[in-house]
Formats: sequence, structure tokens, C-alpha cells
Amino acid sequence: MATIDLKTAEAEIPVIELLKKAQEEHGYLSPEVLKVIAARTGQPLSKLYGIATFYSLLTTRPKGKYRILFCKNAPCHVRGAKRVLEAIVSYLGVEPGETTKDGLFTLELTSCLGLCAVAPTMMIGEDLYGNLTPQKAIAILEDYRARERSEHA
Amino acid sequence: MRNPSRHLLIPMDPYTLAKGAERVKNALEKALALSKLTDRVRVVETGTIGHHEHGVLLIIYPDGVVYGDLTPDDVPQIVQEHLQGGRVVERLVVRDIKIPPFHPQVYRAEKQVRLVLRNVGLIDPENIEDYIANEGYEAAARALTSMTPQQVLETVKESGIQGRGGAGFPTGVKWSFAAREKAPQKYIVCNADEGEPGTFKDRLILEGDPHSVLEGMLLAGYAVGATKGYVYVRGEYRMSIARMRKAIDQARSKGLLGDNILGSGFSFDMEVREGAGAYICGEETALLESMEGKRGEPRNKPPFPPQAGLWGMPTVVNNVETLANIPLIVKNGAAWYRSFGTPTCPGTKVFTLVGNVVLPGLIEVPMGITLREVIFDIGRGIPKGRNFLFAQTGGTTGGILAAGELDVPMAYDTLRQVGSGLGSGALLVVDDSNCVVDLVQNFVEFFNHESCGKCTLCREGTGRLLELLNRLTSGQAEARDIDLIRRLAVNMKRAAFCGLGQAAPTPILGALDRFEEIFREHAEAHYCRSGVCPMNAQKAA
Ligand SMILES: Cc1cc2nc3c(=O)[nH]c(=O)nc-3n(C[C@H](O)[C@H](O)[C@H](O)COP(=O)(O)O)c2cc1C
Ligand code: SF4
Ligand code: FES
Repeated sequence: MATIDLKTAEAEIPVIELLKKAQEEHGYLSPEVLKVIAARTGQPLSKLYGIATFYSLLTTRPKGKYRILFCKNAPCHVRGAKRVLEAIVSYLGVEPGETTKDGLFTLELTSCLGLCAVAPTMMIGEDLYGNLTPQKAIAILEDYRARERSEHA
Repeated sequence: MRNPSRHLLIPMDPYTLAKGAERVKNALEKALALSKLTDRVRVVETGTIGHHEHGVLLIIYPDGVVYGDLTPDDVPQIVQEHLQGGRVVERLVVRDIKIPPFHPQVYRAEKQVRLVLRNVGLIDPENIEDYIANEGYEAAARALTSMTPQQVLETVKESGIQGRGGAGFPTGVKWSFAAREKAPQKYIVCNADEGEPGTFKDRLILEGDPHSVLEGMLLAGYAVGATKGYVYVRGEYRMSIARMRKAIDQARSKGLLGDNILGSGFSFDMEVREGAGAYICGEETALLESMEGKRGEPRNKPPFPPQAGLWGMPTVVNNVETLANIPLIVKNGAAWYRSFGTPTCPGTKVFTLVGNVVLPGLIEVPMGITLREVIFDIGRGIPKGRNFLFAQTGGTTGGILAAGELDVPMAYDTLRQVGSGLGSGALLVVDDSNCVVDLVQNFVEFFNHESCGKCTLCREGTGRLLELLNRLTSGQAEARDIDLIRRLAVNMKRAAFCGLGQAAPTPILGALDRFEEIFREHAEAHYCRSGVCPMNAQKAA
């Protein structure tokens, strides 16, 4: 421990933030991206892969255009999250962890989003939605679909 | 604008922003300009006041009126009728939110005492002048110019404050371990990785009053001889990260961070580090690993962080709420602080009240208040005419309290005696439409998902527990499964490597002890009295 140069350690851009930036640019951390970072930082590829798979905000697989993070922790659960999730699963036709065929949505489960006062909740991209009911959740997803269609029209 | 006649507060947080707070604010500014009121009122963007169920809010001071569920279209009417005409727009008023008087040192509303939340929702968190105008940085100025580090340390020790991050370790004692060490560098780390389900107090403190945390870190640095501080913020908390960065820049430009602060000879600087999504990184040694750019797996203790922490140097890790208390303690003294709470557990606690309660949200109460008062007075009870089934204090790793325990005082020591804890400050209320077995399964899913995988007992144990619980909730269990669950839980508690695996059994055993009959019904009769568990499901676990 005594051999660590504190000044260098403090000044270094933390590798986790490098990975986050790379992900923002490339969408996900592909093997190619990880190799480039390994070469640049001198860190072993295996270590970077270990980090990339440890943290939930990092991903080594491509995702849909919108990531739906659905909260299923107890505070949301006791206010009906399960029924909302079932409605989303049947509307999108995918299970948690999967991406819709049109590549628009990836449905993922998340731990508490810190919005439990308006449970049940979900996050789509950077947008937060609360007080969800099955109907409300479907309406929100339909909105995204409609927006997408009008963008392409 | 020297003397605005009214303050218009608009809480801005991720949720109200999603509900259109920005558009309401723009409409407000336009309407004020049209009515030539811009110079007579001040619009303040604040953090949240702790209630989310009424969408975009506008709070008018000194009138004390709260408008809610606003859209931009409602704004002209408020400006014309209320601000110009003096008539309250009744149709938009929210009646169940009580707001504090404008510049309170301490305010008492409905059993609440706001020390930590003294400024939250009332000041503009992005403006250091607002914090200073409310006696901010007075404690730092006094400490740096007229107190020795030893005196600051003694004050914190005498105040009896215990860490608000979960374990309740006495803060002054922790600081004295670090102060005692001789090292080329020491660090203060603020743990803002808040990930405990049901907890969002640290986010709201950082968003609503970042300077109080910054000042607390500065004082901690002075007391233990650290010159560098890091705030490790949960990666999902974009607004907290932005506001804390801004606060640091402002403090630096005012000479409150940097070299030779206020001519005292003491130097201290700070940086924000972002998490990347891992609940276990809230555990302090995992957090340090993550800060060093590794997988966030807990370290062996000892050595404890105050002896060897970040990059092997003495490091104080404190929770956001703990640090936000420090300026008040240093400014007003230990005796003042001890006038709140109980003799063995002084001060207040910020809770997030969630689940099946009429008024969920952020509250701050003196230590020692009962669960009954919190749920039924402040939270207005259980909605839809349902009955109380149980409460869980301290988040998902916290203990279970049944109806007979509603009068236990809420403090670190008293809750420990009934096998629970204050933990992070989450308070989950569960009504009788729920099934306790189904909820325990939900808790275990969380542990299984968040287990970092470093030690076998927790990695495999949470998986086996989940299988057993799946059997219980799907009608496939046998009578002996309950004993298996109990034995596995007891072993994990004894032998897991870190706090996660050691605490995971708490709600499992707590629920088994209090509701064994319901577990037996699931295991032996394949019967769920609340009808929640799909007993006929043929799916194997
Ligand atoms: C699994 C686990 C998660 C934790 N999460 C947090 C957290 O999110 N925030 C926090 O302040 N402390 C958390 N802690 C407690 C920290 O390890 C540490 O005790 C605390 O930050 C010390 O600060 P305090 O003394 O001010 O409470 C966690 C502990 C464990 C075992
Ligand atoms: S108890 Fe669980 S979270 Fe803690 S080190 Fe072991 S596997 Fe990781
Ligand atoms: S539990 Fe779902 S947002 Fe907190």
C-alpha cells in the first residue's frame, strides 16, 4: 500500500468513469471497446470485463433505443408493481432482460429508484414515471411508440 | 429587488421536473413579467419539501398557501387572483401538506423537528448566498478561526451523534480513530451511494441543501486533519451529482474550499465521484474499492477505514445525513443537540415513509418517537380502510415489527432490542392486503440480485433461500422447508463476509418469528390467506 503514489492516484480519471464515457459514445461496452481501453490504460482486459459486468449501469450487450427500468422492490411491490409489470410484459411481448423486436425498448428490472413516495415507478431513458397503474403504464409506452412513428413519418 | 414582498417556491426534483415543473416555472415568469410583478416577488427553485403525491407545487410565502398538481395553464389565474387580487385560488390548493414558517432555525410541525432538513425545500440549493443567509458556514468560520481541531472533535463526541448510514456507530469516536493516526494524507468520504430500497433521504438532502453536507465534510476534515474529501454519489442520482458539483465550485470561489481557508492555515478540497450501479458499494469498504477503480467487493475488517482506507490512508466514511448534522452541532454546541431525542440516542432522524400509508414522504422526527405516531399521526394511517399488517424499519435489510410493537420508541438502541434497527431510515408500512411470505420472497430476490458474489454463504445462500421461498409461494413446499429456511438464515447471519449477508436474514427471521403460522399455512396446507400467492401454479421453483 505504501508504494501507491497518492498524487497520481488522485489525479487519474477513474477507470469506471472511462468505461461510462465509452458506453455513452458507443451504446455498450463491446469487446472491441474494452480492448481499446485496456490498451490505453494498461489494465488487463479481464479486469475491465470484471468491472463492466459488476456494475448495473455498465453493459456489455447492445440495448434498445429506450431502456425501461422497472422498479420491483418492496415499497413498489406493496403498491401494486407486480400487476403493472405483468401488463408491460404482455404489451411489449418481452420478458425482463429482453429487447423488443423493433429494437425500441429493452425491459429491465431495477432496484429502488428513490421515488417510492409515488410507487410504483419506472424510468425510461432519463424520464421518471410514478403512481403507475397497468393502464397508465401502457399509455406511456404507447406515447413513445406514437412519437417514434411521427418522427419517421 | 431589495425587499420582495413574497417568495414563490417551486420544488424542482427529478419527479416534479418529469411532471412539468420547468414549464410551470416558465409560465410563472412570463405571467409575472406581464403583470409587472417581477420586482416585487422572488421565485426560488428549491429541493423537494418531501411530498410527491401532488405533482408540481407552488408555495407562496408568507401567505403559507400550497398549490399543487399545477400545469402552465393554472399559472395566470394564480398570478392575477392571488398575487394581484389577494384571493386564494381555492380549486388549486393542496390541504394535506403543512409547510414550515419561512426562516426557521428549528421548526415543529405535527411532531416533526427539522434540523437536517432545516433548509430543504426553502432555499435555492444552487445559490450559496441563500445558504449563507441562513447562517450557513458560520460553524466552519467559527471552528477554523477560534476552535482547535481537538475542540471540534470533542463537541461532536459529546453531542452523542451516531452515524445515520445504518450501523449507528458514534461519529465522534470514529473521527478520533482517524485523528489519532499519523499519515501523509487522510481523507473524508461522504457516502451518498444510497441504494437501500425505500430510502431517498440522502438524495433529497443533496438536492435540497448540498452546502450543509459540504460544510459538514469541511468540519470533519478540520477535526481529523484530512485535507481532501470525496463525495461518492450513486450513479443514478444525476441531479444530486450536478448540485453537489455546483456547490463545490461556489464554495471554492468564495474561498471556503482550497488553500488556507479563511486565513486559518487549514486547507481542504473536495471532489464528486460517481457510482456505477451496485447496491453493495454502499458498504464502506466496497465503496473504497469502487473509488479505487475496482469491482466493489467488501474488504476484510480490520483494518477499519479510519486506520487504512482509501489508497491505504486513514479515511472517515460518513453518511450524508450524519454530515449535514455537523454544522448545527458545532455551531450550537453538544448540550443543545442533546436537547433533541433520547439520552442514549440524541438528535433527530430523517425517515422516508413509504408503502401503504396515506401520506408517504420525507419526514424528520426526534429520536424516540413511536412507530404509531409516525404512521398514524404524521402519515395519516393506512389508506382504503385496510389494516396494519407489519412495518419494516431500516430498509430491506431491516427488521419486522408487528402490530403489538407499534409503541416501541424509534432509536438505535430500542429497536435493536426488538431485533430490528433504524438502518438507513426507510420505513415501510404494509397493509393486510399483502402476504408476508410473498414479501419475504421479494426481499430475498433483492438480496440475491445484489449479493456481490465474493463469499459462498451469501452468494449460494440467497439463491437457495429464494428457491425455498418460491416453493412456499407456489404451493410446492413441504413442512420441513420452514426449518431449512431458518437454519440457512441463522448460518448466513453468523458467517457471511459483510454486512449485506449478515443483515439479509434479519427480515426473514423477524417475519418467521412473528408470523410463523402464516408460513406454516403456506408450507403445510398450501394455503395463502390473503390470496396473493398463486398456490395452484404448477411452475417448479
Ligand atoms: C450492504 C450495505 C449497504 C450500505 N449502504 C449504505 C448507504 O447506501 N449509505 C450509507 O451511508 N451507508 C451505507 N452502509 C453503511 C456503511 O458501510 C457505513 O457504515 C456508513 O456509511 C458509515 O457512515 P455513518 O457512520 O455516518 O453512518 C451500508 C452497509 C452495508 C453493509
Ligand atoms: S456477504 Fe454477500 S455481499 Fe457481502 S461479501 Fe459476501 S457475497 Fe458479497
Ligand atoms: S421501491 Fe420502487 S422506487 Fe423505491
